[in-house]
Amino acid sequence: MAVLNAPAPARGARRRRRERWTPYLLIAPAGLLVAVFLLYPIGSVVYYSLYDYNVTKPWSNGFAGLDNYVTMFSDSQFWQSLVFTAQWVVVEVGLQLVFGLALALIINESFIGRAISRALAFAPWAVSGVLTTTIWLLIYSPTTGIGRYLADAGIGQYGTSPLANAGSAFWAAVVAELWRGIPFFAILILADLQSISRDLYESAEVDGAGRLRRFWSITLPHLRTAIIISTLLRAVWEFNNVDLLYTLTGGGPGGATTTLPLYVARLAIDAKEFGYGSALTVAAFVILAVFSGTYLWLVRMGRDQNS
Amino acid sequence: MSMTAAPPTATSVSPVPPTSRPSRRTADPRRTPRWVIYVPLALYLLFTLVPFYWILLFAFRETGSTSLFPWPLTLEHFSTVWNGAGFSVFFENSVIIAVLTVFFSTAIALFGGYALARFSFRGRGAFMLLMLCTQFIPGAMMLIPLFDIFRATFLINSLWSIVVADTVFHLPLSLMLMAGFIRNIPIELEEAAWIDGCGRMRGFLATVLPLLRPGIVAISSFAFISSWNNFLFALMFLNSQDKFTVPVGLSYMLGEYSVDFGALAAGGVVAVVPVVLVFAYVQRYLVQGLSAGAVKG
Repeated sequence: MAVLNAPAPARGARRRRRERWTPYLLIAPAGLLVAVFLLYPIGSVVYYSLYDYNVTKPWSNGFAGLDNYVTMFSDSQFWQSLVFTAQWVVVEVGLQLVFGLALALIINESFIGRAISRALAFAPWAVSGVLTTTIWLLIYSPTTGIGRYLADAGIGQYGTSPLANAGSAFWAAVVAELWRGIPFFAILILADLQSISRDLYESAEVDGAGRLRRFWSITLPHLRTAIIISTLLRAVWEFNNVDLLYTLTGGGPGGATTTLPLYVARLAIDAKEFGYGSALTVAAFVILAVFSGTYLWLVRMGRDQNS
Repeated sequence: MSMTAAPPTATSVSPVPPTSRPSRRTADPRRTPRWVIYVPLALYLLFTLVPFYWILLFAFRETGSTSLFPWPLTLEHFSTVWNGAGFSVFFENSVIIAVLTVFFSTAIALFGGYALARFSFRGRGAFMLLMLCTQFIPGAMMLIPLFDIFRATFLINSLWSIVVADTVFHLPLSLMLMAGFIRNIPIELEEAAWIDGCGRMRGFLATVLPLLRPGIVAISSFAFISSWNNFLFALMFLNSQDKFTVPVGLSYMLGEYSVDFGALAAGGVVAVVPVVLVFAYVQRYLVQGLSAGAVKG
């Protein structure tokens, strides 16, 4: 990684002695903020997970031992949310990667209207989850949606919102999230595509390699690291992404589109069940850590076998 | 890195006689056929732009109209959300939070990024690993402990709670991108300034800072967009309507029993205008910025 490049050595022994503390002073504000507002909270989540803790019911708060974890293992909503989280992450990341890669390959070509197409195609990247919900709610709603206009024109029928039943609510949420998620992959992959030397393609062409062959033998291997890192980042991000589902489906109908973090957010925001919410948070941390570790380990295994 | 790989013009490739230059009209087998580019691109842009059009249509169209064009144009929905639904207050709160977040995260990232780019010190690797690891910490998971911290410090229902939380969450990315940008500026420039008698600080201000401007613009824009869009922290930590941010205000409109779609769409347009303006400016740096920074190796 570029981050790991060694910095230029400090010049001069005197300067070095005088500046021994300078880097520590410079990273101190960032280090302090992260320690107080990210590391300490992680510790306190573990602590709270062992307590009954509800801000609205102070009379029943107190040490609970492993009760919260016991509750968790028999909580069907917890297991259901795990299954849905896995579906959500796999479908979103997979589709975003495929479409993002295709979009990046197209925009990497030179053609008339390239700059404006790139700006328009990437625009949803900057849109928030709540706004995405606002937009897609207008599109899905039976009174304001595109379906109604199509039905007016004789295509399809007047119906209900796709958000109303569990099966179609999943795909409705997936499409809305794809709308703003595809640009993320396209942007990262495009950045990497632009660093491939043109000479490589030219010499491959001279050797008679076709378009598909060039993509397979030059482009994909080059993109390997970028794809690995962006899928991992995105999987973690989609796992954690709460805004869209919280506002679009509210986790419904009937809890069918509740991810684990959404479940935690609802417990925290609506029910103020901090103790049980903390236990679920710890579970989510463990899942994320195991997932990231396994993913990187598999990637390393693959690399060792190749070389 | 050149962002727009312009096709070479006739003047720049003169060694080849003009007659043998492949003409634009004749089909060059090596050139991607145009339909392979334009057909999928058009479909994708349709998917991207129709939703934007849909919200503009409802925001500018008169109530009760079913036309597919926002004509006659009306601003009635905007005055409803701006004055009636309180979006003028939400907008102001969002701006205050975003500006403070951008300021703090960029300033702190500047210090830390400089340390990472220009010094080798014990604990440097550990610090960078820590910054990378924070990228895996979910915001939703931090709601409970942060709520507790802010309650203890009397910051609940204060805009400062959001500024602090947004800054902390965006800081690691800003810092790593900043280190990447600073590393790309040759250290020789600074050394020349030191030889001329400048200290670290003056040398930095005179040589690095001017060259760093595009990087700072890109980093602050990312911070602005992420802060402007943040929803969960504001939903959790702010509880009176005069403190709400735009996304929170919008989410309450979504939850209303009978939604006024025109006003909702107008609220959405109010929410999207600032990010679209920032995005239009920053999108040229987007691809460059991410490849220069820490996200990829």
